[in-house]
Amino acid sequence: MPSSSDLHDPAHEPGREPGREPTGRTPYALDRRRFVGYVLGGATLVAAADLVLVDAPPAGAEIPTVPQIPEVYDLNDMLTDAARPTANLIKVTINEDGTASFELPRAEVGQGITTSTAMLIAEELDLPLDRVHVTLAPARPELLFNQLTGGSNTTISTYTPVRVAAAVARLALLEAAAILLGDTVGGLVAKGGVITAPGGASVTYGELAVKAAASGDRAVEVQLKSEDDFALVGQPTNRVDAVAAVTGAKDFTTDLDVPGALPTMVCRAPTLNGTPVSVRNQAQVESMPGITHVAQVSTGVAVRAETFGQCIDAVRALDVAWKDGPVAGESDATILRKVRAAQLPMPRLPDTPLAQTVSGDFTFWFRSNSAMDTNSAIADVRPDGATIWAGLKSPIVAQQQIALKLGMAPDKVKVNVVTAGGSFGRRLFFDAALEAAEISQAMGAPVRLMWHRADDARVGRGHPLGTCRVQATVVGTNVLAFNQSLTCVETDFRHGLGEIITAAAADLPAGVGNLGFAETIFTLTQEVPYDFGAVVQTLVETDDRFNTGSMRNIYSPDVRVAGELIVDKLAAKMKMDPYQFRRKFQRNPRLLAVLDTVAQAGEWGRAMPAGTAQGIAIHKEYKGVSACLVEIDTRPATTGREIRNAVTGPRVTRVTFAIDVGLAINPRGLEAQMQGGINDGIALALTSSMHLRDGHFLEGSWDNYFYTRQWNTPPDVRVIVMPSEETVPGGAGEAGVAASFAAVACAYARATGTMPTEFPINHGQLSFEPKPFTPPIPQSPTDGLELTS
Amino acid sequence: MPEQTFIVNGERVTVDVEDDVRLLWVLRDRLGITGPKYGCGINVCKACTSHINGKAFNPCAVPVGKLGADDEITTIEGLPDQVEPSQRGDHDLHPMQEAWLDQDVAQCGYCQPGQIMAAVALVNKVSREGGTITDADLDTIRNICRCGTYTRIRKAIVDGAARM
Repeated sequence: MPSSSDLHDPAHEPGREPGREPTGRTPYALDRRRFVGYVLGGATLVAAADLVLVDAPPAGAEIPTVPQIPEVYDLNDMLTDAARPTANLIKVTINEDGTASFELPRAEVGQGITTSTAMLIAEELDLPLDRVHVTLAPARPELLFNQLTGGSNTTISTYTPVRVAAAVARLALLEAAAILLGDTVGGLVAKGGVITAPGGASVTYGELAVKAAASGDRAVEVQLKSEDDFALVGQPTNRVDAVAAVTGAKDFTTDLDVPGALPTMVCRAPTLNGTPVSVRNQAQVESMPGITHVAQVSTGVAVRAETFGQCIDAVRALDVAWKDGPVAGESDATILRKVRAAQLPMPRLPDTPLAQTVSGDFTFWFRSNSAMDTNSAIADVRPDGATIWAGLKSPIVAQQQIALKLGMAPDKVKVNVVTAGGSFGRRLFFDAALEAAEISQAMGAPVRLMWHRADDARVGRGHPLGTCRVQATVVGTNVLAFNQSLTCVETDFRHGLGEIITAAAADLPAGVGNLGFAETIFTLTQEVPYDFGAVVQTLVETDDRFNTGSMRNIYSPDVRVAGELIVDKLAAKMKMDPYQFRRKFQRNPRLLAVLDTVAQAGEWGRAMPAGTAQGIAIHKEYKGVSACLVEIDTRPATTGREIRNAVTGPRVTRVTFAIDVGLAINPRGLEAQMQGGINDGIALALTSSMHLRDGHFLEGSWDNYFYTRQWNTPPDVRVIVMPSEETVPGGAGEAGVAASFAAVACAYARATGTMPTEFPINHGQLSFEPKPFTPPIPQSPTDGLELTS
Repeated sequence: MPEQTFIVNGERVTVDVEDDVRLLWVLRDRLGITGPKYGCGINVCKACTSHINGKAFNPCAVPVGKLGADDEITTIEGLPDQVEPSQRGDHDLHPMQEAWLDQDVAQCGYCQPGQIMAAVALVNKVSREGGTITDADLDTIRNICRCGTYTRIRKAIVDGAARM
């Protein structure tokens, strides 16, 4: 086997050929598709590829006069490059039943990567999709930086290695078949898991699985299929886990049957991140029906019982002395004042009759990325080792931190990655896994920890409050300068790049490390996608006392909303139509194409009644481009709809969204991600935020936190996946949010005649009666039989 | 400890558990029926939606002691058996589940059992009232999907209603 350094010799690196054209088909395509992989020793055929064999994407053809950093090196390049120093293998195994199996070192949280990965393997192996089984790999510390699921990077970073491993398997099968059938590899045809010789003799992959197995490891050179020959990749394909999902068979963490892991919940403090001092009635609670254990831990008081219902009863019965958390007494208003105090001065721009400055100052309130599947984990901690099960996007650092917490060597902690019921950034951290491990150790028993919804909503991580100021200078029909300054409560990146080295760097004292990380992420993701002369974008973060993290699309939704609202103001200043203005200042042909597509398909400019309007916006990130055109109805008949325990308000009635993500592995999955991003954008613009009052967030459940519901969602949604000239995939999971949010904001401004300056627009009115903080979780109702329908 | 007897997915079961434990936990923690999901515990998210005697309800809001021995609970696991084999589709599932598959609705999948059970009950209700599913009917569905699969849910319900 060649050493990893051989593979990193630039001469062997794909996509680095001198003279290669930046986009489109190239005369060097054959070289771009040739890689080294391995056949590994095993009972059946095991084919492998180095996970760092990343096909470098071509440099953008559209270089503006002064390129912003993300255009030449973006967050995905950083995540991909972070993986380069490691040399570790991902393996496709051919089983005797003719199936192929693969452990994906990423987390499936609903974004569809098990499906797209299975498609890549099926394509390269010439095997039907239902014969490819993709599962999630447990924590593999040797992968170092390369087991982080984030930044919409999965497909970008694994596209080539997964294909190489599958291609190696195919070649080994063909070689074994050639011996068996007495022919040459070149004379054989592989299709549908069967290899056939010219004379008609055939053998199945299952029959070859053992014969193709190797006694030792060897390196082989393979050539990947040309994109032109793809039969499955690029075809709209249904999810591989869909049957399990619709039959209730899909298991999430709390569904797993781990022996002895009884339901466990935590009683938490009445102020955010408050800590327990003592339990006044432990014996009484221990004697309640079904209760097996009560234990004080660092985050609260844990209870373990026969059922979660009895955990709820026990949590509510606990009488605990608490120490206030670090934001006791604080509210939205006090935190906003601190954020404003941390703002950098904006440069003074001219405001004269000749050079006019347009400006805006926007506030974005705290938002929650609580998923349907609350924070949960199973932990079985024994004196000599521990086993953890949880939905984890950074399992290596989780393993390392849990080992630290338990006082064990990391190799004594086995961390299994479970399919999660949504993430939206939440599962980059491992709060429940760490807590479950601590509880299991304290109780001396296996635990199935589930956060109550009230805790998941109030204490779980979210998107920090921030302000975004924008100013732009106009001279005649040109924009000379565009400045944008984001100031926010800190976004926690202490998961680092998924292992403890960079996580520790992010955890340096006084937030210095995390700020460096935050600024890096900001710099690598943010750009102003217009030709606006001198562009400056800055980030200032302050206040590390909140439970935050990357919420789907991190900084981009807020930055794009502020930017696009000012773009509409600039258009108005120049007396231009918002769509035509965006065309005029756009030189990126991919962005122009998505913009024109939504304008045409969404009937931009059509006559609409007063109180309704269209809004249009664009975004560029994750190596893709998107545009969104929405129609909104702000008329009283719509905003005045009365629905119990709900927010109605303005309704987005129609959405037309176009995305060019590069090569779309599964257009149907991509469309689904955009549909989800649209609903996120609507929620961020109109309905969903967290209210901090007296040291705690008020939102305790889904009747308080108003994520988009059926009565808010647009009845008419059209997602257009653009044919792309790009031959490599971009990111999909987060790409739908920013343009949607911005288009809704712009439409609302046009429908009402007033540009909103805070988001969501309804934050000023509290639309619910807050639930109590003591006890910290609500009791379940008893009237369910009176509410059948 | 009190004995609780009721019918779940066609089978009569008896469980030793206190009267006030909500049915959701009896199903999930005692009987191992995990299709109904926990999402809030206060009957607002509807992730646990199942059927009782053919109507949609939320087991998180029903103390198990309120059930009678002949009350029939249907969870997502028992939905296919609610129709004749001839009415089932390519995957041997209920027409609404088949519509869900054809529309590729699920993303993370966590809320989907509840969504499907709510959809079946809604279609039955509209049908009892002699109507067909409209946008206004779809707007009344309270089940939350944090992945935002609402667009495909609406299509699947119209599709499923036509097959039911």
